[in-house]
Amino acid sequence: MDILITGLLLGGTYALIAMGLNLQYGVARIMNLANGEILVAGGYFAFIAYTSVLLSPLLTIFLLAPLAFAANWLIYRIMLQPLVNRAKTRGQLETDSILATFGLSFVGVGLMLSFFGGDYFSYSFMAVPVEIVGGTYGANRVISFAMAFVICGALYLWLNRSRSGLAIRAIATAPASARLVGIDVKRLSALAFALGGAVTAVGGALISTYLTLDASVGVVFTLKALIIVIMGGVGDVRGTIIAALLLGVVETAVATLIDPGLTLAAAYVMFLGILLFRPQGLFGKKTT
Amino acid sequence: MSLTGTDLRNLLLAGLALGLCALLPLADGGYWLGLGVTVTMFTVLATSWALFSGPTHYISLATAAFFGIGTYVTGLGFETLPFWSLVGIAGVIGAALAALVGLATLRLSGVYFVIFTLGLAELVRQVITWVQNSTGQRGLYVLTDLQEAGIYWWLLGLATAVFLTGWLVGRSRLGFALRIIGDDEVVAAHSGINTARAKVLLFMVPGAVAAMTGAILAPRYVYIEPSLAFAPILSFQVVIMALLGGASRLWGPLLGVIPFTIILEVVSSNFPNQTTLVIGIAFLLIVYVLPGGFVALPDRLLARINRPGGGA
Repeated sequence: MDILITGLLLGGTYALIAMGLNLQYGVARIMNLANGEILVAGGYFAFIAYTSVLLSPLLTIFLLAPLAFAANWLIYRIMLQPLVNRAKTRGQLETDSILATFGLSFVGVGLMLSFFGGDYFSYSFMAVPVEIVGGTYGANRVISFAMAFVICGALYLWLNRSRSGLAIRAIATAPASARLVGIDVKRLSALAFALGGAVTAVGGALISTYLTLDASVGVVFTLKALIIVIMGGVGDVRGTIIAALLLGVVETAVATLIDPGLTLAAAYVMFLGILLFRPQGLFGKKTT
Repeated sequence: MSLTGTDLRNLLLAGLALGLCALLPLADGGYWLGLGVTVTMFTVLATSWALFSGPTHYISLATAAFFGIGTYVTGLGFETLPFWSLVGIAGVIGAALAALVGLATLRLSGVYFVIFTLGLAELVRQVITWVQNSTGQRGLYVLTDLQEAGIYWWLLGLATAVFLTGWLVGRSRLGFALRIIGDDEVVAAHSGINTARAKVLLFMVPGAVAAMTGAILAPRYVYIEPSLAFAPILSFQVVIMALLGGASRLWGPLLGVIPFTIILEVVSSNFPNQTTLVIGIAFLLIVYVLPGGFVALPDRLLARINRPGGGA
């Protein structure tokens, strides 16, 4: 029971991060391997805001989200749009964007290392115990989960109920046909990429309230987010959330029952299972 | 297969170059030999990487995983088995693991492969660390009588084998099949090529070679532990060097290995904290300034010169 709830709480934040990546990959077709660095940058932002002006991370995210949105929009427009334009095939875009975002990821780590140094950073925010069905959990974890839940829910509603959400889903399904019905694919792709980055940065700020981060930890989160997105199915919000919760629970179970050093290995075994048996994702339909 | 005059001349020239390289330890036993070992190691790794990734465009980040396994083969077996057999065993294990990874991921699109190989080194590292912790070990001492010059000659031999393999594969049906797969996988499948089998077979080459490289280099480390043997940065360095030189030619990666090894050497000794930044910038340069690497540079320049006048 303890494992289940801790796992679900962790999975909630994972869901948020993976949603960000899913928007970027599913809509803008950019497999953003610098996703984890955006997350760590969000964490640093919350850390600095809290330690210097005592701004609560729950308020910081309202400042962080538009900033991260703008930064990611610029990254897409300046660096990734040219790749989209020059790519002749989907495969070429994939290779180019993987290499370019690897570059961004390393540059991000390098910059953060030179600004903040290689030390771990953490702060104590709402580290008071809360009781849920017999067990006690940190209030920061519970609040992060609640925030992640609200944001995921809002995104889900927006994608499924609003007109722009419909357009975004159209691009994710068939980018070529979306243009034919008058959807501005370029503008909305940039928007989806920026939105994905903002969601990830907010996830980073939330996760920094209860996990210790350092400048080079980003790649671990990138990997987890990638595994979640593939498990849940590209462009599938519901699948992403379920896969994220599943990963949170499995990881926590392995960490408590076997060894905390094996969390990524556990995620990997799940990933391998998906690749072997359901490469289209948990809820994906088989492609013909 | 028949050899033309040009083939024979190229083989002769390559043999001469190899002979010259083999003389290096006699000229200098210190700094230059050390640099020679590093350059040869990366030549072996980057060339074998490009054998697979050049024609197929799959980006493999598994080098560190295979390399680490190789070092552990030597670390565990050097007291009981002769060194040459350890290199062989490492090669077999590397090839087998590559086949497994290939079977799981190469049927799918390139993204899955990148992600899987990206985490493979970390996965193996976590498992080995866990096994060591539960058996109470920390690291392994590798004390052999193999000197730097010996390591260098071993690597040079492996480099020769890699270049020969690449040359033979390029002339074989398998190499032809892979070039078609790289151009258009659908076409390849329709012309009766078993695309998954061809890709898995070729992926076994860099897997085996990287493991053998690790086995050869283990004595140089003296003390090995998981975080050292499976350092993920190695995979990225290999990718950069191969792409910087150009993965479309057999000798392309060599053109990237030499400058980038020297750059990294200079940066890491003068600004040790900036290596990640340099690697990041190198990736961006490859994508935006040098697509196709140095090898493709003459063609691209020619195309640029011819374009205004040549537009019919």
